[in-house]
Amino acid sequence: MGRGRQRVIIYSVLLCAGFLFLWQLASAPAAGGKAQGLPGPLAVGWTAWEMGSNPFYDNGPNDKGIGLQLLFSLGRLAIGYTVAALVAILLGVVLGLSPTLYRAVNPYVQILKPISPLAWMPLFLYTIKNAGMAAVLVVFMSSLWPILANTAFGVATIKRDYLNVSAILQLSWLGRLFRVILPAAAPAIVAGLRISMGSAWVAIVAAEMLIGGTGIGYFVWNEWNNLALSSVIFAILAIGMVGVLLDFGLGRLSRIVAYAE
Amino acid sequence: MAFLEIDHVTKHFPNPDGKGELCVFREVAFGIERGEFLTMVGHSGCGKSTLLNIIAGLETSSQGGVVLEGREIRGPGMDRMVVFQNFSLMPWMTAFENIRLAVRAAYPAWSRQQVREYVQRYVDMVGLTGAERKRPTALSGGMRQRVGLARAFATEPKVLLLDEPFAQIDALTRGVIQEELMRMWTASRNTVFMVTHDVDEAILLSDRIALMTNGPDARLAEILEVKIPRPRSRGTIIDEPEYGRLRSHIIHFLVERSRLIQAEAIAKGD
Repeated sequence: MGRGRQRVIIYSVLLCAGFLFLWQLASAPAAGGKAQGLPGPLAVGWTAWEMGSNPFYDNGPNDKGIGLQLLFSLGRLAIGYTVAALVAILLGVVLGLSPTLYRAVNPYVQILKPISPLAWMPLFLYTIKNAGMAAVLVVFMSSLWPILANTAFGVATIKRDYLNVSAILQLSWLGRLFRVILPAAAPAIVAGLRISMGSAWVAIVAAEMLIGGTGIGYFVWNEWNNLALSSVIFAILAIGMVGVLLDFGLGRLSRIVAYAE
Repeated sequence: MAFLEIDHVTKHFPNPDGKGELCVFREVAFGIERGEFLTMVGHSGCGKSTLLNIIAGLETSSQGGVVLEGREIRGPGMDRMVVFQNFSLMPWMTAFENIRLAVRAAYPAWSRQQVREYVQRYVDMVGLTGAERKRPTALSGGMRQRVGLARAFATEPKVLLLDEPFAQIDALTRGVIQEELMRMWTASRNTVFMVTHDVDEAILLSDRIALMTNGPDARLAEILEVKIPRPRSRGTIIDEPEYGRLRSHIIHFLVERSRLIQAEAIAKGD
């Protein structure tokens, strides 16, 4: 296993080096001319160094550090995602416990689920007239369905035995919820949390491009307007890194709640 | 009226093909006295586990009812704890936590400290000491059912319902746990209704043994008294003349008579 792992690392590093080399070649300025293509890895690296060394500065509306912009995005994500998780888990438990309700509601969930959360944007802007809140609602809409569907499924498929035991022990409604239903369905619920965290992070970047003002999505769009492509590329990398970190955290959580039958 | 009265209980299930109903057992009536250990023996499909679930309140009877201490049973409750064939332990909890869940439910007024000491006492009683922080999946079948027994005994129910509790445990361990169960029952003198396939287990543990005819449409055929003095042990009980007599009576019943009596009863339109 040690050797297999070593190989994986070697291949990974080689792939990265090869990619950077080709990228640098492709973006090399034509002889005598000014650079017309994409900025190369060295230019992006330089930008990364500059932006990374002072990530939290704030010089007014159109000039904020990338770290600060990421924090704006993460703040919206946190609010929309947390509210969505609470609503979806509660609703999912109710649907999961009642096969009749589940079947009555399921067609609507199936219709609402494939709608891009951004499609709701005009309605949100029109009704609440607050761009920041609209972006939070986009996060909410993108997180809601996967958590709801997974929770309802997880609760509906809890083994009869566990519910029998909690019925014999005459646990209170809350006791049943927190000691039996949620732990039993937790692996499915966390799987839903993980999926929706991914789609919420995708959605918030796009939403911020539309609403402008603050956030990493707006930052990307603003740098594009400035034709600062190396900043755009660095921001793309930063978005990916944050996404990986968020997923890593939820991956940890899924290991904690996992159980074998 | 007995402490636990099974009052002419009949159970129908919807037919698997969706047409009409199937009678599992009909007009089963008997009583269990306080502190008595009664075991029901019968072939698979005679509905003995269904009857146990009806007593537990997890299923409902089609006709007739169950009366405990003069009150009719209307659903599951802590006065009737079940030890399940498949253990039914919460897999996300440790052995200790599984027992604690039941103890907390049974004694809501106790402090954390009281609950912990009490749970530990039952952990030690069933020989789980050292394994109580493990989850059920990390335990053998025998150890899991020890958790199940501790969980049931710890709540001090009025009636203990044992649903083929040792069927999924290997033969050598089974004997050991049967003796542990006997010891715990002797100390607590619970009223017990057990269901089993195992004739030797039934004779070893019971005061009386109820024999069911074959299903579907099963009946209660007879109830035998086990006149072997207690304390009993697996080693000495086989030398009792009564043991051999009961054993051959029950096995004859299971091999031939359970089928004949059922056929007769159906022919009579009873």
